[in-house]
Amino acid sequence: MAGYIFRRILQAIPVLLGTTFLIYFMVFAMPGDPLLALFGDKTPNPALLERLRQEYHLDQPFIVQYFLYLGGIFRGDFGTSFSGEPVSAILARTFPVTIRLAIMALFIEFVGGVIIGLVSGLRKGKLFDASALVISLIFISLPIFVIAFVAQFIFGIQLGWARTTVSTGAPIQDLILPAFVLASITFAQIVRLTRSSVIETQSLDFVRTAYSKGLSRRRIIPVHILRNSLIPVVTYAATDFGVLLVGATVTEGIFNVPGVGRTLYQAIIRGEGPTVVSFVTVMVLIYLVVNLVVDLLYGLLDPRIRYVK
Amino acid sequence: MSNNTPSPNHFVAPLEETPLVAIDAVKVGERPSNLWIDAWRDMRRRPMFWISAAIIVLIVIVALFPTLFTQIDPRECILSRSNGAPTATNILGFNKQGCDVFSRIVHGTSTSLSVGIIVIILTTVLGVLFGMFAGYYGGWLDSVLSRAGDIFFSIPYILAAVVIMSVFSAYRNVFIISLAIGIFAWPATARVLRAEILRVKNADFVMAAQALGVSRFRILLRHVLPNSIAPVIVVTTISLGAAIVAEATLSFLGVGLPNSTMSWGNDISAAQTDLRTAPQTLIYPSIALSITVLSFIMLGEVVRDALDPKARAQR
Amino acid sequence: MSDRTSQNAPGTGGEQQPLLRIRDLEVGFQTTDGIVPAVRGVDLTLMPGQTLAIVGESGSGKSTTAHAIINLLPGPGRITGGSIEFDGKELTKYSEREMEDIRGKLIGFVPQDPMSNLNPVWSIGFQVEETIRANGIATGRKDVRAHAIQVLREAGLQDADKRLKQFPHQFSGGMRQRVLIGIGLSSRPKLLIADEPTSALDVTVQRRILDHLETLTRDIGTAVLFITHDLGLAAERAEQLVVMYKGKIVEAGPSKEILQNPIHPYTQRLVAAAPSLASRRIQSATHESASHALSDLDYAPTQVTEGLDLIAAAEERLEHTSRTKRPDAIVVKDLTKVYKIRGQGKGASGELIASDKVNFTVEKGTTTALVGESGSGKSTVAKMILRLEDPTSGSILIDGQDVAPLKGKGLLDLRRRMQPVFQDPYGSLDPLRNIGNTIGEPLHTHNVGDRASRKARVLELLDQVALPQTLITRYPNELSGGQRQRVAIARALALKPDIVVLDEAVSALDVLVQAQILKLLADLQAELELTYLFITHDLAVVRVIADNVCVMQKGRIVEAASTDQVFDNPQEQYTKELLNAIPGAGIALGV
Repeated sequence: MAGYIFRRILQAIPVLLGTTFLIYFMVFAMPGDPLLALFGDKTPNPALLERLRQEYHLDQPFIVQYFLYLGGIFRGDFGTSFSGEPVSAILARTFPVTIRLAIMALFIEFVGGVIIGLVSGLRKGKLFDASALVISLIFISLPIFVIAFVAQFIFGIQLGWARTTVSTGAPIQDLILPAFVLASITFAQIVRLTRSSVIETQSLDFVRTAYSKGLSRRRIIPVHILRNSLIPVVTYAATDFGVLLVGATVTEGIFNVPGVGRTLYQAIIRGEGPTVVSFVTVMVLIYLVVNLVVDLLYGLLDPRIRYVK
Repeated sequence: MSNNTPSPNHFVAPLEETPLVAIDAVKVGERPSNLWIDAWRDMRRRPMFWISAAIIVLIVIVALFPTLFTQIDPRECILSRSNGAPTATNILGFNKQGCDVFSRIVHGTSTSLSVGIIVIILTTVLGVLFGMFAGYYGGWLDSVLSRAGDIFFSIPYILAAVVIMSVFSAYRNVFIISLAIGIFAWPATARVLRAEILRVKNADFVMAAQALGVSRFRILLRHVLPNSIAPVIVVTTISLGAAIVAEATLSFLGVGLPNSTMSWGNDISAAQTDLRTAPQTLIYPSIALSITVLSFIMLGEVVRDALDPKARAQR
Repeated sequence: MSDRTSQNAPGTGGEQQPLLRIRDLEVGFQTTDGIVPAVRGVDLTLMPGQTLAIVGESGSGKSTTAHAIINLLPGPGRITGGSIEFDGKELTKYSEREMEDIRGKLIGFVPQDPMSNLNPVWSIGFQVEETIRANGIATGRKDVRAHAIQVLREAGLQDADKRLKQFPHQFSGGMRQRVLIGIGLSSRPKLLIADEPTSALDVTVQRRILDHLETLTRDIGTAVLFITHDLGLAAERAEQLVVMYKGKIVEAGPSKEILQNPIHPYTQRLVAAAPSLASRRIQSATHESASHALSDLDYAPTQVTEGLDLIAAAEERLEHTSRTKRPDAIVVKDLTKVYKIRGQGKGASGELIASDKVNFTVEKGTTTALVGESGSGKSTVAKMILRLEDPTSGSILIDGQDVAPLKGKGLLDLRRRMQPVFQDPYGSLDPLRNIGNTIGEPLHTHNVGDRASRKARVLELLDQVALPQTLITRYPNELSGGQRQRVAIARALALKPDIVVLDEAVSALDVLVQAQILKLLADLQAELELTYLFITHDLAVVRVIADNVCVMQKGRIVEAASTDQVFDNPQEQYTKELLNAIPGAGIALGV
């Protein structure tokens, strides 16, 4: 297992270098003045421009710029935002809120999605299954901001069950609605994936053998069917964490949740290019770390991965 | 020793009850069938296929000939009717600027559809090239191509598009936004194709072709690729829907198409502040968007089921 | 309907209560087109401690019958009629809950494929222990563990205590099957259902495991219901035989009697077509007197066995291959292939010697069999001869020409003279190309003739392999395994090659179809003067088809001689083991 963890971490390094380089390349290797491009049609004040120029070492050759920038990332220096506050300070303030929201959303999508998918798969072709399939298709087709607005409209405005915007400090009860909205995007995929995985596992030989051993259905479902069906679901959840990050940006923006996502959202809306780049980098790093963790978890879930290769 | 009188506990069924049939007789149906023919026969029987196909055809017609569906100029905006209620001619009412909501939806269709189509052309071309060469030739080429794919895959494509659109803020148009989405969305296609090619290239028929002296590249084109392409078609259909959502999301975030371009994402974005007072200005474009995406995803699902004999057997 | 089996079986005592009594069993599968019957009116009786084998081809309903007993039918399967009485209890009336108490505890089950029947995510110990707990054999952590170790030891895993924590993928196929047998017998059941328990294993492993299973069940006194496609194996392992065909029992009774005096035409077909039996017969014939014509030895084949009689096929072969020295078609010298493998575990990487200085010669117009178990390197050698893999060292001469330096035109010319037929009938044809295109591809690739003449050649080839010409526009998925293999043979013959490399070409087929294809191959050889290199794991088939045999083990040829020599007077221990593994050793046939 230790070898497996080590290999995974080793494999993540080129990807980390590659992604940061790619982002940096997209922004700063473009022809023309990258800073002016980032500001779009706005004209930034010269003092700010000068400060950014120094911060990004724009007087240096491109590759030197990149390594200075990379070095900064390793020291936890993601640059400064428009207001002059270091990005790392903003992160320290907003990250806990996002983590809270993300954990709630993950909990909802996983527990809900897996249970519904399991029941659907076990009752394939029945009414429950058919309705779950149709509902999940609709959820998959709805963009997150539409879901967010509809939820805000129904539960916030029409029914008055929840606040349409989260109050400062982001208490748990205020985060319930945004968490459900955030969960909804991948929830439907998890239902479908669990379902098809359960159906497939159910027909495998070892399940029949488990019955032949005299085990009860109550034991076979969790121990042999669900346990094996979870492997592809977890893999999916890892690759789709990116969708969750984008979703968090939109959801936090709409519900005014004071997290990392809202900061990015506002920077995008206000056209604060350099801040956008810093926060996108942060999110990509989060994505990489989450994927690494899930990879390791995958090793726990599937002994074949752990020992072979 | 041979005799034909069995002992009492030796049972023999009467031949009339158990007639013999010829060994391995050829039994074929009336018409030839292979994966594609079977898939088409399967799809043809399913209402979901016809519903989604019909909606998609309708969307394409609306995109190509918007004036067939509305005579109202979507740019004729009169502020006095801001957020106005529906009338007999303006069936969905007016938005904040006092433009006709229905006409804007009709005229915005081509934007969404164009983005979707350009993105899937881009992702399919890149994905097929990368996936095909990585999977078929393997070795160092696979390592290089797959690592490249990993890197692109590790940046969620909407976030990447946000950065690109921020950099190209001066040149926002349908083509640039499609490029921004597609350039980071192709690894999904490449991965699916690579996995499939790895499976197919070990089949005996590939070895048989090799033993015949068919060249390696020709085997790839004639035998391996045709047998690996089915999942790519499924992914492509579904990602067309996803690309439309991506455009709308970028427009919603304000880094999509400029406000002067008519698009559902822009309309939804503009309407968000009026959620309390005029929810219809937000709801209708959202419905148009969702139905479009839903029909592509539904079509993808139908195609997936039809192309996967295992899934067909499961139903 | 009369009682079909063993009511008064000798040695069991007529008064004894039967353990299992199936009456008029009907099983159907629900499909969109209504219920498709799979088992139709099956009767059988099994006495305590007895072994009964159900023999049949795929689709005969043999496994379905066995699964119906403990209600393990797959999703759409239902018992639609009849009764299953086990130990005096009517099982068809049992609820799912009541069935759980029967399964595992009173009726054990050993499945077919050891690779897919253990859950890959749980350790071996876990899977044995849960069985022990579920059947209440032991309680408490320590007891259960001790019991699990004992169960695995009995099944033949000596270091069971160390291996409890390991996962299925760390076990070989034979080891996994031992685990499954251990699980099946863990609660000392009265009945064990063994569904083709060794078909997926190497022949020598097969024999060891079946011997072990026999000893265990005899010691415990468990009755065994043995499901198999191999008539020889069935007769060797069971006192009673039931032959099934298309969901019905066609013949049932004492094994020896059925083998010696098959009455139903279907059973006669099976007896004539089973390579294990045919090889025994040929063997005993050559022993008695060398001049004895082979066909005299057999019971008189009736018209239904037409084209299936392996002995007739073998005789035909003997006639056309006279014993005069012929020119060499294939000469293999010191052929070696080393694969670099990435090490499993702690960064170790090593080399796998798949083929180690292999030498042999194949004479023109004869058949040489390359025999070995999985991992023996026989397929690697075949691929090198076909120039699908490059040798690490050594040389291959085809018609006296070294093939190693061949490129472009020369290589294409070599390919024209030598064609393969592979094992997997489902993988050997491109599913998206029709039969005409598939058979015509060689002509196309080598630019032979024009459109019309190519089509004419394809039609001619279809005739040659006895397939209707109408198949030309059809696709492989419309054909059975045997028919696909015919198409593969037609493709191989398209360029009129001299040499055909048959890599396990009949191994995946049902016995009757296998016999048909073997006959076809023999006919084609006689007609076209073909040279065959026949790669197989099955010595029984070799007896029927080959002139010379090379036995491979772990990359080396351990014995090479004429087929008669190898069978009469094997020199190597390993060859003897392989010969012993041919089922039906101890059976006196109707000779």
